[in-house]
Amino acid sequence: MASVTYDHVVKRYTADVTVVKDFNVDIKDKEFMVLVGPSGCGKSTALRMLAGLETVTEGQIRIGERVVNDVAAKDRDIAMVFQSYALYPHMSVFDNMAFPLQMKRTPKAEIERRVRQASGILGLDNFLQRKPRALSGGQRQRVALGRAIVRNPQVFLLDEPLSNLDAKLRGQTRIELQKLHRDLETTFIYVTHDQVEAMTMGDRIALMYDGILQQVGTPGDVYDHPANLFVAGFIGTPTMNFVPVTTSNGSARAGGFSVKLPRPVGEKKGILGFRPEAVTDRIPDPESSLEMKVDVVERLGSDQFLYGQVGGDQVTARVDPRMQVQVGDTVKLGLDTRSLHLFDADTEKALI
Amino acid sequence: MSVAVAERPGTAATAARFSPQWIAGRIQGAVLHIAVISLTVAWIVPTAGLLITSFRPFDKITSSGWWTALAPSYQFTLDNYSKVLSTSNLGQGFFNSFMISIPATIIPIAIAAFAAYAFAWMKFPLRDWIFLGIVGVLAIPLQLSFVPVLSFFVAHGITVGNLEPYGMQFLPVWLAHTGYGLPFSIYLLANFFRALPSELFESAEIDGASTLTVFFRIVLPLSVPALASLVIFQFLWIWNDLLVALIYVGGAREVAPLTVSLANLTNSLGQGYHLLTAAAFFSMIVPLVVFLSLQRYFVRGILAGSVKG
Repeated sequence: MASVTYDHVVKRYTADVTVVKDFNVDIKDKEFMVLVGPSGCGKSTALRMLAGLETVTEGQIRIGERVVNDVAAKDRDIAMVFQSYALYPHMSVFDNMAFPLQMKRTPKAEIERRVRQASGILGLDNFLQRKPRALSGGQRQRVALGRAIVRNPQVFLLDEPLSNLDAKLRGQTRIELQKLHRDLETTFIYVTHDQVEAMTMGDRIALMYDGILQQVGTPGDVYDHPANLFVAGFIGTPTMNFVPVTTSNGSARAGGFSVKLPRPVGEKKGILGFRPEAVTDRIPDPESSLEMKVDVVERLGSDQFLYGQVGGDQVTARVDPRMQVQVGDTVKLGLDTRSLHLFDADTEKALI
Repeated sequence: MSVAVAERPGTAATAARFSPQWIAGRIQGAVLHIAVISLTVAWIVPTAGLLITSFRPFDKITSSGWWTALAPSYQFTLDNYSKVLSTSNLGQGFFNSFMISIPATIIPIAIAAFAAYAFAWMKFPLRDWIFLGIVGVLAIPLQLSFVPVLSFFVAHGITVGNLEPYGMQFLPVWLAHTGYGLPFSIYLLANFFRALPSELFESAEIDGASTLTVFFRIVLPLSVPALASLVIFQFLWIWNDLLVALIYVGGAREVAPLTVSLANLTNSLGQGYHLLTAAAFFSMIVPLVVFLSLQRYFVRGILAGSVKG
């Protein structure tokens, strides 16, 4: 039960290889914080510094009030679940879970009690005597979680724990992990490259790119108010539409259409962003409609996505699944101007 | 000594009958079988010949080939064995061979395991250079070291004569075999340890295991296949070694190992090789037992289940 603070943390391997740059995040007690970003963005390194597996080049990491920069991994009162699970292959499930407690010289009866408790929570009661190789991927993953739970740590660190599971199991485990977080009432820090996991699980999301923290906020915040072009493009599937525009007199002019902006931004070059669900077959306002030449039609049952050209720009639209569209058609679509984003063409920062 | 699971060319089962893949798979399987069978035959035939010869009377050995003994009338005898055991020094040699081989197997492998762990998973200055040096030593013929090492032993009183009163007469040959065995053992084990997934070590570190605990509770149990192969190699090499033993303990009856006794047998008996066959087979029993008893540790894929799904 503790907060975690990254205070101007830098990780540098050599003078010109810096993988984490001036990283500042306050993670609250009992929060489920997701570090998300493309591979190589420094999110795992940030987690491993907190775990004590990597040294901190500059800055401070605090767990609660305690600065842990020079505290050994085992004394940080954290537990980590690895992407590969890192189970000890020669030990039974019971011994795998008991190992951290044995290292702390916990009395045998207490070990027994806590392992039974964890295996009860995770539904592993029938597998305690098995070796990891006799378990399925999902069961192994639960053993890795169990090994973390028995330690009753202040902070749980999870490094892409779902990426070795198949899609269906991943969906289930996502829900189980959230339940577990609620039951354990502990701080969770979860690293993933999957924005769906980030959106669905996190109390808050910290987006990283190229070693730099881009934005921290609730999933809703990050989705509705992306701080810059990268965040806007990373969160959401299909990705947000980006159309180069020039702005003047409170409206933005693109190659094939122009829209009124919610507030004026002066005259400049920008990039207009709008999510596919903002482009629909409903046309509330003829002034903000656009004509799309359809290249690809994707029917998902619940949704229908149209990919096509609007005045030379690539645009994705999410339309009613009952709408009849053929490839090559030109369709008239409406743009919902309430959810427009405008990014500076040079700094890529959000203007609206 | 890789523990990677070798995929058998099992395409035959999945591809359709008589399709090109199916035929290719079948041919591949057949080639593999022929190769394995011919290798086995090439090893078995001389061994069987030796075994059968050792049970034949002397006049038969000299007058006909060993395979003729396979047809009736059967004329087998234990004379060769009883004669060789009663007249020569084989019993003592057998004992001496054990006294040399067992410590000279355990000592270097124990040292090498610690060293290899350090080379594989600990950071210290010049680590890679020292490791390279050890690998480089592998290329030096051990004969080069006889004179300097022997004169060192003599100068410091580490000789059979000096040590015999303390029951340590085999110490010089133990030390010598330790030295000769270490570079290869370290090289092999370090490579094996390095291949263990680093997450296991990180996980153990977070779990609070000390370096020694990791070594004894994780590294060693996972390295049983590598250790078993190394034990077999080292033991067989020492058991069959004549040169090193002869140099460091000499040919005296009380200390000479089986190989030296065997060599003496040929010298003293000249062409009487009916006795030599019995003695040779006698000396082969131990390597066979060692190999057969340890081969089950060559378990493939002992790491299965540790990482990935």
